This record gives sequence, structure tokens and C-alpha cells, in this order.
Amino acid sequence: MSELDEASVRSEVRAWLEANWDPERSLREWRERLADSGWGVPTWPREWYGRGLRLHLAKVVHEEFTRGGAVGAATGVGMGLAAPTLLEHGSDELKRRLLRPILTGEHTWCQLFSEPGSGSDLAGLTTRAQFDGEHWLVNGQKVWTTSAHHARYGMLLARTDWDVSKHRGITYFVLEMQQPGVEVRPLRQMNGHASFNEVFLTDARVAPDNVIGEVGGGWTVALATLAHERGMAALRGSAIPGEGRTRREYREELDHVMAPYVWYPQRAGRADLVIGRTRATGRGADPVLRDAIAQLHALVRASEWTQLRAAAARAAGRPPGAEGSIGKLCSSHIARAAAAVHTRIAGADAMLAGADSPLEGLIAEILLSVPGQSIAGGTDEIQHNILGERVLGLPKEPAVDVGRAFRDVPKNVER
Amino acid sequence: MRFSFSDEQQELRRVVRRFCEERSPRAEVRRLMESERGYDPSTWRQLCDELGLAGVHIPEAFGGQGFGFAELAIGLEETGRALLCAPFLSSVAFAATAILEVASETEKQELLPGIAAGTTTATLAFAEPAGEWTADGVSLTARAAGGELRLDGTKSFVPDGCTADLIVVVAREPGSAGDEGLGLFGVAGDAPGLARRSLATLDATRRLARLDFESVAARPLGEPGSGAPALARVQALAAIALANEMVGGAEQALDSAVAYAKTRMQFGRPIGSFQAIKHKCVEVLLEVELAKSAAYYAAAAADEGDPELGALAAIAKSLASDAFRKAAAENIQIHGGIGFTWEDDAHLYFRRAKSSEVFLGDAGFWRQRLADELGVGRDE
Repeated sequence: MSELDEASVRSEVRAWLEANWDPERSLREWRERLADSGWGVPTWPREWYGRGLRLHLAKVVHEEFTRGGAVGAATGVGMGLAAPTLLEHGSDELKRRLLRPILTGEHTWCQLFSEPGSGSDLAGLTTRAQFDGEHWLVNGQKVWTTSAHHARYGMLLARTDWDVSKHRGITYFVLEMQQPGVEVRPLRQMNGHASFNEVFLTDARVAPDNVIGEVGGGWTVALATLAHERGMAALRGSAIPGEGRTRREYREELDHVMAPYVWYPQRAGRADLVIGRTRATGRGADPVLRDAIAQLHALVRASEWTQLRAAAARAAGRPPGAEGSIGKLCSSHIARAAAAVHTRIAGADAMLAGADSPLEGLIAEILLSVPGQSIAGGTDEIQHNILGERVLGLPKEPAVDVGRAFRDVPKNVER
Repeated sequence: MRFSFSDEQQELRRVVRRFCEERSPRAEVRRLMESERGYDPSTWRQLCDELGLAGVHIPEAFGGQGFGFAELAIGLEETGRALLCAPFLSSVAFAATAILEVASETEKQELLPGIAAGTTTATLAFAEPAGEWTADGVSLTARAAGGELRLDGTKSFVPDGCTADLIVVVAREPGSAGDEGLGLFGVAGDAPGLARRSLATLDATRRLARLDFESVAARPLGEPGSGAPALARVQALAAIALANEMVGGAEQALDSAVAYAKTRMQFGRPIGSFQAIKHKCVEVLLEVELAKSAAYYAAAAADEGDPELGALAAIAKSLASDAFRKAAAENIQIHGGIGFTWEDDAHLYFRRAKSSEVFLGDAGFWRQRLADELGVGRDE
């Protein structure tokens, strides 16, 4: 049954690509065709530009696109986070207005969740939204917002009720970014890059029909977005080689979308460079370095095998145990271990930066990017709590911030 | 099958685990720790007769069950979890594996059926009093004397060395050095000229012996001079086997710590609700899971003739050494005062962890090996 489906999907998409794919179209024109046909987002429902296909059949579609060198739907925050959230919780009116331009790449999005006063404790956010009878007026500050400076819309969490418990007073809005009440400033990181922004909201206006889900029900919607955030890496596109206007415009789009992430490999520690660097510097006889390199290598390999154990369990239809949950923590350990090894290899050169630093500044960038690995996407400490409670079944700490009005909860900033 | 277990393998795990729960509860382990022999022959009989575990990875042609190294590893993980007192590691995982690697068909036909049935127990004598599991560490000699081979020298840290019927001895030709002239030899446990002395061990569930050889008659196993590469393989397989036994013990220590953290109340709440304890448990979990992944992968690789075996053994043993030590130590710490008592079982795992950590070479030793395998420090 499934084989028959696979074959029929494959032949159908292949025939459609043969009839429609023309690398000389503009990217926009091509994406409009994708939206009309449903082949750009095959897992989405038929009524919303998709074909309602299960994941394994969508993979077949993807394979055919790759085989033919055809460009797919847009990538990035809009596609990865906003669209699935809208599909799950948005009103039909919002879906009608917002989904198609996400798919075509016409509109880019950003995520306005984290705040200076609420990092690990996202639900403790204090950005305020008040209804003035006509619009919601939003005041507060958001941070760590990728691509805010060119985004058309933001997924915004704001507090609309201060007299209920923290999770129940939050509402999920679609914020128009191009308006006077929204000020975007780049945020410079310790490694010198500015991949993120701070967003200042001063009486920023949101129309009442730009609420996703219920007023006060934003936490549930936020959880849907956060669930998709894990799969984001998979949604980042990769360049398609070959000639033609569509591919060229796609590469330009991709460069734009991927620009904030150029230093991410360095953040992970670049364990892949270690052996080459050891040989190049002739330091391989140092037993302390050899021990550290071997330890790093063991960690990297065992971490990969652990991911593969989890994948095998999922493929066999079994829920993975602990092996499915430790990847994030492993990546922090690897990053730190790799940075320590790079430091030992570099020796005194580890004091240098830029062109004077080894590999034209790459080693310095590794050393200054690694501290982000154990913070971004959930700190190691939060990961420890999650693993301790969900995998090992250890009891939670007594909470002091739930079951009382959020107004009365101690916080960093009073608004 | 490097990342998952088949239904058949999981069934094997369940059977061995049930056996250990029934026949090797902690009270029984404590009884055997005090005993002369160190294990209960009737339990060993049962393990061999009912489960066929002594022949698990020995081919059917030599009287075994015909499964692979991966199944052996499952057996070791479960017996390690229970601290089962039995010559399983020494006789099956070490000696039978060594014979399978180096011996001729005729020798296998002669030696393996007894080991597979459990009626013969064997062991591997590698290290000497200096405690080095390297070619350079082998100084015991095998010399030809009137058409016979005679062994002279001393072996130490030989597991179950006082009780084994057959001892597989690593020896070298007189006058040879380094990787040259190495070979494996079979010696009867009661051979004239062999003096066996039981060593007082930190881990009483792991019996070690010192063996003094004075012109002891021996038989060569396999081709003479097959030496260093065969020995390296035997050593890698032994380390992989031990690593699998160790991750069973490490996981048990973690489970014990977590169970206690859920029930022990202080300051009006279970201590596992405090992040100081919770996070400690997760750090152990992380190391244990990584060590398990490496041990499983290496065991499966052994069945597939992976050319990377030396590196995989190094990864598996170094991670297992660190993970088991940490799991056992933190189990005591999380138990607090009671964990430091003789009455509590935490020290039994601590002892096993410490003993296994250094047995066949500690984490640092294997990491230096791994660095060699990775080509670090070699001239290009």
C-alpha cells in the first residue's frame, strides 16, 4: 500500500515538475506556482497550499525536487515557526492572509518571545498588551530576535492579564514590524557578530484579529511554536547548484536567511579541525594534549552513536529513552572540550585575535563563540532539570510563582 | 545492529536479568564475597546448563550457541549489573575469545566445548606484576626444551587465576622484545611448576591471582609468531567485553542513586527535587548513556570485523572507566552517610568500578592508545 503510494506520488510530482519547472522564471513567479500546486509544502493541508501528505511521502517529493534541481518553498523563521503555528492555532482569516506570502518568501518573520527579564523562564515575560477599545497597545522589550530588522511580521507573546497565574495571562499576537511603535536595534555579541536584535515596543499597535488562539491562551500556542523550534535546523535550506534565474535568486535569498548563522559551527567547537591543527603545529607529542584529543574524539563519536540509537528506536516505533534527550547537553560538553583542545594547541597564540590569530581568526572566533552553546535554545541548567524530571522521574522543585496572581510574583522589571 | 537490539537479543537480556535477580541477589553476592572460591559452582552450572551462557558466542561447531559478540556483551552487561559472581568474564569473554582468535581448528575443537559447557573454566594471563597490559609489559618466556615448551616468569592480576582449569598465557620467545616473539600458550591450571596465589582484592567479587611459572609445560596456541597483531585484537576484544560489563554496573549505580533521591526526605522534600542532587544524577546519566552507546557499538563492530576495532575498544573502555567510577562515587554521595556504611550496597559497586577502571588499562592508557590510532603525534 505504502509502496504504491510512494510510487504514485513520485510519478505525479515528477510529471508536474517536468511540465512546470523552468529555471528561468523569477523566484516569486515560481513560488506562486508552488503555492497553487501544493507541491511546495506537501505536508500542509490541501486547502492551505499543501497536499496533506504524511512525512515519508513528503520526503519523496523532496527527493524529486532535489533530483530535478528545482527550488522549493521559502525557508527560515516564517516557514519553520510561524506557518506551523498558524496552521495549528490560527483563524482561517489569518491563514488566508499570512500563509501564502510565507511560502513564497514574500514575507519574512521574526520571533518576539525572549525578554531581558525572562530568559529561561519564558512564561515570566512582562511585555504588556492592553486593549484600548480598538487596538492592542504593546509596551515592553524583546531580545535575541533573529532577522527582526527585515521582518514583516513578528510572533509576539505579551501579558494581557496580570491578575491570573503566569501561564494563563499571556496572549499570542501577530505584530506588524513596520510601524512607529517598533524599534529594532542590533545586539552585538561577545564574539563580535550581531546576529540578533533587541526590539523596543512603545505603544505598538496590533489589530484585534491578529490574535492567534484565545486571549489569555497564548502559552498553549507558544508551546506549539517551541515544539517546532527543535526541527528548525532541518528547515534551513541548502543551495542548489546550477544555472538559471530561479536558482540564482534562491541563492541570494538563502545567503540573506543564513547570514546570522555563519558562526554557528564555531559555537559548536569545531572538533573537526583538531587533528589537522595538531599536525600543523607539531604538538602531537604532548601527552596532555593527546589525552584531551582522545577524550574529545570519544565524546564526539559516542554522542553520534547515541543520536543514532535514538533514531533507531524511533524508526522501530519505540519511544527513545534517555538516549533521545541528551543531545543538547552533549553538544555543550563537546563545545567546551573542543575549545580547551584548541586552546592547548594554540598555546600563546590563543591570546590573539583577527588576522594574527591562527586560521585567520577562526580559532579566536571558536573560543569566543563556544560560551553561547550552553545557553542558546535552553541553558544546560534547564536541560538538567528537564532530563532529571522527565527522563529520571525526579520530583520538581516546589514552585513559588504559580497558583498566585502574576502581579504578585517577584520579577526583574516591574511594568 | 549497532544502534538497536533485535527482539531475540532483548529476550536474551530479559532471561539473563531474571536469572541474576533470582540467583544473584545482593545477599548472595555478599555471601560469595566471603567464600573461598568466590562463586557458587551450582549457580555457574545452572547458568551454563539452563541459559547456555558460557557458550553464547562460541560457534556451534565447537559446542557453543553460535551467537555473536553482541550477545556475549548483553550477557556481560546483565551479569555486571547484578555483580554476578561467576567466571563468565574470565572464561568466556577473555579466554574463549582469545582461543577463537588465535587457535587452530584442532585446538578449538579440543578446548572450546568444555568452556562452552562450563565444565572447564579458563582465563587469560596477560599482565605481570608491573601491571601493564602492553607488549612491552610481557617478559614471561616460552622456551623450547627437548621438543617441549616451558614457561618461566610471573603473571599477575589474572582473573579467577586460582580456580581456572586452563590458563591462556601471553608469553614471548627468550631474547625477544617489543612486538616481536609474542605468542599465546595453553597451560593446565594444575600443571607442575605453576604456583598460584590468590591476591587480596579491593573488589572481592573479582578474584585475581598471581601465577609463578617455573619451567611449566605449555602448548602453543595457533601459529607461533602470530604474536603482536593477534594479541592486540585479543586485548581490544577483552576491553570491549569488560566495557559492556561495566556499563551494566554503572547503570545499576545510577538507578540506585535515582531511586534513593526520590524517597529520601530532607528539609521536607525528596532530596531529588533539589537541583544539587538532580543535576548530579543527570551528569551521571549523560556519561552512562555515552558509555553504553560506545560499548554497544564496539561489540557489534567486533562481530562485523571492523578494521577500526582498536579505536573502538579505546573509546568504549575509556568512557566506561570514567562513567562507572563517576556513577559509583556519586551513588555514595547521593546516599550520604548511609552510603558510606558496610551495610549499604553502594560500596560493592564502588569496589567493582574501581577494580574495572584500571583492569586492562585505565582511561588515560586507552586514550593514549586512541591518540595513536587517530594518528596524533605521528610524523606525516
